Amino acid sequence: MLSYLIRRIVNAVITLLVVTMVTFGIFFAVPTITGSDPALLYIGKTADQASLDGIRTKLGLDDPIPVQYGKFIKGLVAGRDYASGNDVTHCDAPCLGYSFKTEQEVTPLLLSDIPVTLSLALGAAVLWVLIGVATGVLSALRRGSFLDRAAMTGALAGVSLPIYFTGQLALLIFIHWLGWLPDTAYTPFLENPASWFTGLILPWVTLAFLFAATYARLTRANMLETLNEDYIRTARSKGLTERTVIGKHGLRAVLTPLVTIFGLDFGTLLAGAILTEQVFNLRGLGYQALTAIRQNDLPVILGVTLLAAIFIVVINLIVDLLYSVIDPRVRLG
Amino acid sequence: MSIGPEASITDERSAPTDDAAAVRGTGDTAIAGRSLKQIAWRRLKRDKVAMGGAFVVMFLVLLAILAPVLARIWGHPVNEFHGDQIDPTFSTPIGSFGGISKDFILGVEPSSGRDIFSRILYGAQTTLIVAVLSALVSTVLGTLFGLAAGYLGGWVDSIISRVMDFLLAFPQLLFAIALVSVLPQSIFGVSGRWSRVLVLIGVIGFFGWPYIGRIVRGQTLSLREREFIEASKSLGAGSRRILFRELLPNLAAPILVYTTLIIPTNILTDAALSFLGVGIPPPNPSWGGMLSDALSYYTDDPMYMIIPGVMIFVTVLAFNLFGDGLRDALDPKAR
Repeated sequence: MLSYLIRRIVNAVITLLVVTMVTFGIFFAVPTITGSDPALLYIGKTADQASLDGIRTKLGLDDPIPVQYGKFIKGLVAGRDYASGNDVTHCDAPCLGYSFKTEQEVTPLLLSDIPVTLSLALGAAVLWVLIGVATGVLSALRRGSFLDRAAMTGALAGVSLPIYFTGQLALLIFIHWLGWLPDTAYTPFLENPASWFTGLILPWVTLAFLFAATYARLTRANMLETLNEDYIRTARSKGLTERTVIGKHGLRAVLTPLVTIFGLDFGTLLAGAILTEQVFNLRGLGYQALTAIRQNDLPVILGVTLLAAIFIVVINLIVDLLYSVIDPRVRLG
Repeated sequence: MSIGPEASITDERSAPTDDAAAVRGTGDTAIAGRSLKQIAWRRLKRDKVAMGGAFVVMFLVLLAILAPVLARIWGHPVNEFHGDQIDPTFSTPIGSFGGISKDFILGVEPSSGRDIFSRILYGAQTTLIVAVLSALVSTVLGTLFGLAAGYLGGWVDSIISRVMDFLLAFPQLLFAIALVSVLPQSIFGVSGRWSRVLVLIGVIGFFGWPYIGRIVRGQTLSLREREFIEASKSLGAGSRRILFRELLPNLAAPILVYTTLIIPTNILTDAALSFLGVGIPPPNPSWGGMLSDALSYYTDDPMYMIIPGVMIFVTVLAFNLFGDGLRDALDPKAR
């Protein structure tokens, strides 16, 4: 178990290092090759040569790319100093540098966005798992019934609908026409739980609809397969109630593959609820990423990508560890 | 039927080829065995939902090919402004349902008054080209790497598998956005709309190959141990012959199915990138771009949002239905 854990953590760290290298390569090496100068992006097109040179030395853009990368990693682990002449700015670890546009430190900027995206993802995840698994189980039990066909048609529609369309439809119907909800917005939970809820319920439901579709289809397929297993027959012949057979023995086997997919989906969602945040005008990580990309704000893009990768890698690690808890047949080794 | 359970994508699954004999009746010895192709085609023809999907797909392809002709007959030039169709105070189209009229059969765009019908047609062109060609890129890469990993094994397999896992667990949309936005506006001497199309094909295709690669690898792993490969080896066949003459034909069915099923995903990604402003550059029409513009008008002119949205939905659904049907026809055991 311990050796497995260590191996997985080493693997995760390697993955993250590769992510930083690739991202760094894309944003600092590609612009150099194609002839757009990061220093020019930082200061604007009207800069004179002297201030351009100053910026280059201060941000270390004169160094070869590998040296720049080394400094970036050092900043992440131990913090770094930006110096030009006597003017020294210290940036604490984990240092992701300064935004080219607002000159704010990137790390606190991103940290302040996490609650928005996390609220969005968590609420949606709770909904879609509950709805998806419940629909899937019911469809499997009443195979071929009207409910089954309706649910599976709905699920097929769900996987074919993009959020940037359903989101606008939901906004139009529930906010503009029916007036049931206030405009979508993020209010911190501790400030006012009620408006936190009403401001996010529409994005949750819209997002959950798309994901629940996939989960319903998967749960149904897995459940149908599981119900044919010998141990289900054994459980029934022991005289267990149908409720226990399905709820305890059946569901457990169904959940295992779902956990992996949930890990991937949840990680990706945290990494980039870009489309959802754009449609519902929420200022989270995805919004930050998009703004940064549009403004060529390299340090912020690098920061968001790295954070996103950390989410995905960490959640996948947790999922793999959970696996052995949920499914006793899985032995880690 | 396709509104059935989704097949779980597992690495180990027996090849769909070996049921050809099982389907052949036992009594009718006089009848020659049907090929897999014939059997699959008969199954597919009986699947009404899948055929419906195929019909819609063909119709859309036809629309895209005939876009210039159709736009000339029922539409107006893509980027022609029609200020007279726009209410000057609200900048929304005059008339109900987004200005739908005899002249403008799908209405006009708010504020500029461009013809939505023509823009939908030209949007179909780029969407379908990007989605299909990027699926081909994914398929070629996925097949080559999957075959190599599965057949060669050892360190080649470890490296390729690691890369595939890495790409699958990756903030893909974020990366695609970033990549598209740093790549130059013109490549290979092509500029404007078509250079972006090339970039999109490359980026979407690249991120899609691990899906195909994993399936091909899994199938290759199980096929590699079968007798016909052994027989071929003992006859002195080289690696190249075994890979491309023996293994590849047996992989054709799953490759075809997953190529079809990756197209709808690509359509959604392509539209998402255009929605975020890094896809097809305006003023060139794209469905995602229209939905993005619609964000500022959807309360006053819902039709402008609904038309491209429904187009995306119908296209993606049609490809999904056809792909599911194709899978059921080629591999009934996958259900």
